[in-house]
Amino acid sequence: MVGYKFCEKLVSKTSAFRIIVFGEESRAAYDRVHLSEYFNGKSAADLSLSTEAWYAEHDIVLHLGNPVQEINRSTKTVHSLLGDTFEYDYLVLATGSSAFVPDIPGVEKDGVFVYRTIDDLELIKAYAPNVKKGAVMGGGLLGLEAAKALIDLGINETHVIEFAPRLMPRQIDSAGSAMLQSKLTDLGLNIHLNKSTAYIGGSHKIDALHFNDESALAVDMLVISAGIRPRDELAKLAGLHTGTRGGILVNEKMQTSDENIFAIGECALYENMIYGLVAPGYEMADIVVNQLTGGSKLFYGYDMSTKLKLIGVDVASFGDAFITEPDCRTIVFEDTHKGIYKRINLSPDGKYLLGGILIGDADAYNMLLQTVNNKMILPPNPEDLILGSRGDGEATGAGVMSLPDEALICSCEAVTKSAICGAVNDGATTVDSIKKCTKAGTGCGGCIPLVKDLIAGTMKANGVYIKNVICEHFDYSRQELFDLIKIGKIKNYDVVLDHFGKGDGCETCKPVVASILSSLWNEVIVKQDTIQDSNDRFLANIQKGGTYSVVPRIPGGEITPDKLIVIGTVAKKYNLYTKITGGQRIDLFGAHVNDLPAIWEELIDAGFESGHAYGKALRTVKSCVGSTWCRFGLHDSVSFAIEIEDRYKGIRSPHKLKGGVSGCVRECAEAQSKDFGVIATEKGWNLYICGNGGSKPQHAQLLATDIDKETLVKYLDRFLMFYIKTADPLTRTATWLNKMDGGMSYLKNVIINDSLGIALNLEEEMQQLVNSYHCEWKEAISNPDMRKRFSHFINAPEEKDPSVQFDTMRSQVKAKDW
Amino acid sequence: METLTEINWILACYTDDVPENGGACIKHGDEQIAIYNFTRRQEWYATQNLCPHKQQMALSRGMIGSAGEHCEPKVACPFHKKTFSLLTGECLSDDDNCQIKTYPIKVDAGKVFIGIAC
Repeated sequence: MVGYKFCEKLVSKTSAFRIIVFGEESRAAYDRVHLSEYFNGKSAADLSLSTEAWYAEHDIVLHLGNPVQEINRSTKTVHSLLGDTFEYDYLVLATGSSAFVPDIPGVEKDGVFVYRTIDDLELIKAYAPNVKKGAVMGGGLLGLEAAKALIDLGINETHVIEFAPRLMPRQIDSAGSAMLQSKLTDLGLNIHLNKSTAYIGGSHKIDALHFNDESALAVDMLVISAGIRPRDELAKLAGLHTGTRGGILVNEKMQTSDENIFAIGECALYENMIYGLVAPGYEMADIVVNQLTGGSKLFYGYDMSTKLKLIGVDVASFGDAFITEPDCRTIVFEDTHKGIYKRINLSPDGKYLLGGILIGDADAYNMLLQTVNNKMILPPNPEDLILGSRGDGEATGAGVMSLPDEALICSCEAVTKSAICGAVNDGATTVDSIKKCTKAGTGCGGCIPLVKDLIAGTMKANGVYIKNVICEHFDYSRQELFDLIKIGKIKNYDVVLDHFGKGDGCETCKPVVASILSSLWNEVIVKQDTIQDSNDRFLANIQKGGTYSVVPRIPGGEITPDKLIVIGTVAKKYNLYTKITGGQRIDLFGAHVNDLPAIWEELIDAGFESGHAYGKALRTVKSCVGSTWCRFGLHDSVSFAIEIEDRYKGIRSPHKLKGGVSGCVRECAEAQSKDFGVIATEKGWNLYICGNGGSKPQHAQLLATDIDKETLVKYLDRFLMFYIKTADPLTRTATWLNKMDGGMSYLKNVIINDSLGIALNLEEEMQQLVNSYHCEWKEAISNPDMRKRFSHFINAPEEKDPSVQFDTMRSQVKAKDW
Repeated sequence: METLTEINWILACYTDDVPENGGACIKHGDEQIAIYNFTRRQEWYATQNLCPHKQQMALSRGMIGSAGEHCEPKVACPFHKKTFSLLTGECLSDDDNCQIKTYPIKVDAGKVFIGIAC
């Protein structure tokens, strides 16, 4: 990575050098920072930083799988593995590091791996399918990454073995380690501390780890991640000075003991320190480029602050994390319930932040690091930095705009605040354009939230009114366009584009307009099929492999045995995979597009309707058993759920909508995790709104208590219609509420007290939508023109897509992996 | 641009087979070709049906539109919304080097023909 960065920086400065690159691996430079993502779907190509074409384009000669074997400093030549000899004026060593393998008997056995390169990962991946118990030796940063990889590979039982008494001893303090350990244990990881391994058991294949305390642990696989060793063997051979514990000695110019040879990255030892992070490596590359092009920039060490997500747990340390009293004052916040630990170290006078540690919640990392690096004066209550302000009022800290101009925002690419704000002033107002013109955010990506805030802050400072325009074709927010289309009574996408937009539309604005048209006029959506997202165009969810899934509506989750039999018969006939969904219905996967009309014909004949699982629309209203059977139930939750689902079914909205009805406070329908949730009380029903599951779960909030059914439906009408009319595209109700000025108290006023005077309108508009309900599938199968669209080849309508292939898993079909 | 290869025009389908402002797929031997009826621009395009990103036969089911000042015509794959120029086949989504094949296309008296190099 660092070697590649050096080439990139050098060719951007000058073309005076002829560059020859030698690499040991068969691949060009790739992203080692995100190596573990290889196990959750990223391919080697996704991880690659560059292509051979890039090197060719810049006249750089690339020798892959052909490492330098020997340096002859007197003749200034290098000899490569394949027997070539090349002359150099300057030589840059970016040989990186290798995994440190401790000298334990048995490390040569099958099933023992290291975790360093894509090749290592491929070996691990190939071995993993038969492994039931895996272990990682090393509880540092890389070790925990490796443990994550084993979990991702589906190894049920994963152990981490650490020699030290705690995890990540180099980055975090012992209280932080304890918190991290308890979080990771909760997530299913088995952690063993204070364990030193005596030998690896097994005849030729590992079967156990034996420890010095005479205990043993049966495992089928071991990944060693006990630290790194700088690759200095080539330098040693050439007589360059190296450190006693490895590493090529360099000065502040990154020169080795030979002034024509430089060393950068993890192989370089600067003032007794190996910098095992990417950002300082990039900085070293920059220093050498600067030296070679006549500059005088020097290396003075580097901030080793870091933030990571380890197995889903945020871990960050910044500035001077380990300094203790009396050299500083510390503020510690610990919440063992949620697994959060935060520590900040202040200067003894309380004016400056020196460093700190964050576990479990590292949202504040970027701002805290900036506060340290820019020596910003702390607010009077510095505890607010980690606790957030309590009670009402603005968030503490002056925010990104108060940072000094020279504040380093992107440390991977060394981009300052002034560079980013300058680019915004020059017209780069999106993250993508900032990435293109400043390179900020193209490394680890950790600074992107700050970049976004800077873009918004700079534009606001320039007096630009920021609104969320839909895309390049429409200079309006969704809410504005909704009103314009309504007032103009427009029913067709092209007319909308002619009136209010420009160009020919795109995959962003077409579905937005389609959704607005549907929310306003509720016409059959397949009449304008090509402005619908693929799922809405074929009224089914496109799945891996190009087949579709079919979800009939099962209101409230109630279904008769006869209907169940129909679903089973249809699934068998068309060879579909069946699964119960989270919303109490049945999903049928693997349908060819050609089969969809016939499948739906059979389902509709049996009394089913479209479930709108493909649409941004009401999905399900989940219910518990309720008072008809349950001995605790207060009211009949199933009947009410069916009534609500039937009322709002088919209505298009900015995002999907889910509901739930529980018959008592035990809340078996999980109604408080839905966009709207209803819970029975002794006196009536409580209504909760704006909850959701998903990536950022949020509980729904109480809107009204002990109301009767009629009032509840009236409030729901108002709430849903207000959301449909005002939310941004693809915004769930929870996010919509979070962004709303005034929040829940404002929304409550609109819905219950009619503070905007629109309640009656909202109810009428909703009633129109309810009245114009139709089953889209019924319309589609009874119209020959629409039906014709459900074919894969238009010149061979009967033929199915031959590229669709299935595997078998647990006696059902499964899409082939991509 | 002048091409030196001989082009063989094959009858792919009829104009009303392809939905307005959308695409459809035809089979030519073992090849799957996506045809786009860009009604709004009175233009027709043809590309490979395979999206190179995840190797899915899906481009004909994608939404078409335009990108940028010069209104470059494009198609978005329905799977992950990678977009490709209908003129050059170049991937327009950022940092991607993949490319799709485009085919010459012409319409005559309600018939759509695709040019296959031979």
